Amino acid sequence: MVGLAHYLTVAAILFTLGIFGIFLNRKNVIVILMSIELILLAVNINLVAFSVHHQDLVGQVFALLVLAIAAAEAAIGLAIIVVYFRNRGSIAVEDINLMRG
Amino acid sequence: MIVQTIAFYLFAAVTVAAGVMVISARNPVHSVLFLILAFFNAAGLFVLMGAEFIAMVLVIVYVGAVAVLFLFVVMMLDINFVELRQGFLQYLPIGALIGIVLMAELVLVFAGWAFAPEDTTVKAAPTPPAAEATNTHALGNILYTDYIYAFQAAGVILLIAMIGAIVLTLRAREGVRKQRIGDQLGRGRDDAVELKKVQPGSGV
Repeated sequence: MVGLAHYLTVAAILFTLGIFGIFLNRKNVIVILMSIELILLAVNINLVAFSVHHQDLVGQVFALLVLAIAAAEAAIGLAIIVVYFRNRGSIAVEDINLMRG
Repeated sequence: MIVQTIAFYLFAAVTVAAGVMVISARNPVHSVLFLILAFFNAAGLFVLMGAEFIAMVLVIVYVGAVAVLFLFVVMMLDINFVELRQGFLQYLPIGALIGIVLMAELVLVFAGWAFAPEDTTVKAAPTPPAAEATNTHALGNILYTDYIYAFQAAGVILLIAMIGAIVLTLRAREGVRKQRIGDQLGRGRDDAVELKKVQPGSGV
């Protein structure tokens, strides 16, 4: 019988994979953005799993909102990457020090 | 019931395997394609849970929009990905360490956690029985009433993201001739016509 614990385990593994991917691809912003998408997917699986387990629909409403934020974040992130590539001809993360932050 | 179990393990295994491939594929185009695979299988998990609407939205929004956007950007930019992969193995130990620590923490949280006894009675929006309303219907009933402000805020955020992406990537090209209607309409008789007195036989 597949229950809440199974879904939470899948979500935890996906979340860890996302964090791991950020560290593994420290130079490639595009893969870092994809790792963030994996993390948000794990969050969504958690929200929906708890929502179904509790028979409470609010979790699914918030999963929808997370989805909207993820789409907005991907669009803005990719736009920044395109502009940056146009200016510098590279997307290596360590070159991004124009603001000396 | 056995079919559900098999389907869960299939979807879960493919999702996790695709997640591994997303972060480890050599070619970012392959990463994006594995991301699409992961989203499809996560949608399968959502269907198994009974959240059909979220599953379909996941396929439409993520696969139809976000992943295609990623694919578009990866293919549009002329990037030397081999150079970007240098130091991949160098970062592996620290990444693995942090991954293991995080996973251990999640397992610890998971092991030492239980529902409060009153959790079955405290519900913000109880799911109606499947015979009364479908998942989509029930979700719409509360999304457009109780959560209308959150819904509108999500819409505003998407609008801001759209405007931001357009403003960031729009550029005025040099040397492109365009119709300037204001200049055309503002052109008066004095700018356009010049009267010259021409002496006979001498030219202008």
